[in-house]
Amino acid sequence: MEGHSTYQPRSRAARWLEDRLPIAGLVHSSAIAYPVPRNLNYFWTFGAILVVMLVAQILTGVVLAMHYDPNASNAFLSVEKIMRDVNYGWLLRYMHANGASMFFLAVFIHIFRGMYYGSYKAPREVLWILGVIILLLMMATAFMGYVLPWGQMSFWGATVITNLFSAIPLVGETIVTWLWGGFSVDNSTLNRFFALHYLLPFMIVGVVGLHIWALHHVGQNNPTGVEVKDIRKDTVPFTPYATLKDAFAVTCFMVVFAWFIFYTPNYLGHADNYVEANPLVTPAHIVPEWYFLPFYAILRAIPSKLGGVMALFGAVAILAFLPWLDTSKVRSANYRPLYRQFFWVFVGVCILLGWLGSKPPEGAYVVIARICTVYYFAHFLIILPLLGFFEKTRPLPPSIADSVLSVARGSAPGNPGLAAPATGARS
Amino acid sequence: MTAIDDAQDPNRRDFLFLATGAAGAAGAAFLAWPFIAQMNPDRAALALASTEVDLSQIAEGQVVTIKWRGKPVFVWNRTKEQIEEAKQVKLDELIDPVARNDNLPADAPASDENRAAEGKENWLIVVGVCTHLGCVPTSNAGDFGGWFCPCHGSQYDSAGRVRHGPAPQNLQVPTYAFESDTKIKIG
Repeated sequence: MEGHSTYQPRSRAARWLEDRLPIAGLVHSSAIAYPVPRNLNYFWTFGAILVVMLVAQILTGVVLAMHYDPNASNAFLSVEKIMRDVNYGWLLRYMHANGASMFFLAVFIHIFRGMYYGSYKAPREVLWILGVIILLLMMATAFMGYVLPWGQMSFWGATVITNLFSAIPLVGETIVTWLWGGFSVDNSTLNRFFALHYLLPFMIVGVVGLHIWALHHVGQNNPTGVEVKDIRKDTVPFTPYATLKDAFAVTCFMVVFAWFIFYTPNYLGHADNYVEANPLVTPAHIVPEWYFLPFYAILRAIPSKLGGVMALFGAVAILAFLPWLDTSKVRSANYRPLYRQFFWVFVGVCILLGWLGSKPPEGAYVVIARICTVYYFAHFLIILPLLGFFEKTRPLPPSIADSVLSVARGSAPGNPGLAAPATGARS
Repeated sequence: MTAIDDAQDPNRRDFLFLATGAAGAAGAAFLAWPFIAQMNPDRAALALASTEVDLSQIAEGQVVTIKWRGKPVFVWNRTKEQIEEAKQVKLDELIDPVARNDNLPADAPASDENRAAEGKENWLIVVGVCTHLGCVPTSNAGDFGGWFCPCHGSQYDSAGRVRHGPAPQNLQVPTYAFESDTKIKIG
């Protein structure tokens, strides 16, 4: 799908550079001429939204680091100083804190989009696995970032999560002491978390680069799940079509983001985190940030320490095996009547797990959480492998162009898809 | 011996190749060691490894929380009834039958004598860190006369033994010694 570069440098200087470093040609082929399936819906704009969120988090994070003090005796005070004294500090911190939530909101939609339309199937397995690695890096980054304000939730969240590693037989305690750099979460823990919280986003940038490289090599999936057959009929050039659509979606997403920042900036946080960390008192009810709640519910649903920790990590790791667990030849759920229903049940179970994760681990909550945990794993390990054999799928359209034209019969769909291929058109 | 023979002699070539590779791997491991070891507790953290506690200020029935190595340690002056309650518990009722007492052998059974201070059975000294995921349990709470952990609901009895999961182990008894009748040194 990666078309050969059609970039023609026009000036002598551009030609001189192109012969030595073909960077303008790379940008042209991947962001201008790159062929995009013409039937993409708005769920395909979340990749661009996520890139914007990553850049926003890095920008706000770098400037916050100029005012933050990663020392256990001063960290909490320096965050209060950012909120009260630093010029626009309140805005930058609220952008960063709510930005993390928006980042996860967008990534969850992006992942469910991939699941619904079977975007992980051959030849996109590596693309998908790179995405799972990005998710893991995001989770580590978000967790360590949440520790930095050094409030009660920061401290006890750090204690509980690092203690997950104590479940490892024999070497668990040694690993936890090594992670802490002491005998409890303390100043050395805070220091290293700050260093890593600053490092990991740049590792995410690197893996995102690979993710986009893999995407541009195999080409985008689309709502029909049918591969592009004729670039002239099935695709449109990335610029202006995808560029403008992405820009519009990003703008809409920013409205939601801004609403949180300016109207309810602490809605997704916890009041306990405005109390400075106290190593001798655990708050009565500790919960992680909302985006970890489904995994937290899975951890607590298992009545054994090691088992709970394994289920927690397994819930994320199983995603990496999805391309091989789903045995169906058909990608898109639009043509898989049974899978479509199971997909929505799975979404419901994930949301229910998130709600259960915010509840105390007692009574009926535990029972429901156990049922949901079993279902979560059964979806991947039983339902998906079997569906491929038993499901009667609906006939696929012969091509992307056919599916679009049969829907939009009547008014001519304009020229975009039938325009001359990008070759020379814009160069 | 020509150059071609030399190149085709598997023993000599392979040996040099493997030996070079092994030396490189050993060098990489030596280089990696400081980068990994720097994350372990430093000398200052290890220097704070012991704390003294004055017991004369602790009334009967009172639990006092001391900070030792950054962690809370509960020092409990138990009443007669609380000691009696702990002694009544049969060992086969326990989730964790081992004493978890750093002053005793690792396989000592979790009887009340093995948990409390030797010869001074009213004193119970345990690390106040839940053995599940490290929260600080609440004193004098729960159904077993000891502690209740607010995070995930574990419960401990009046000898600090886990009686209700998900915690897998009894509260740890740290290394300590009586320096006099009213003073202990933890660590």
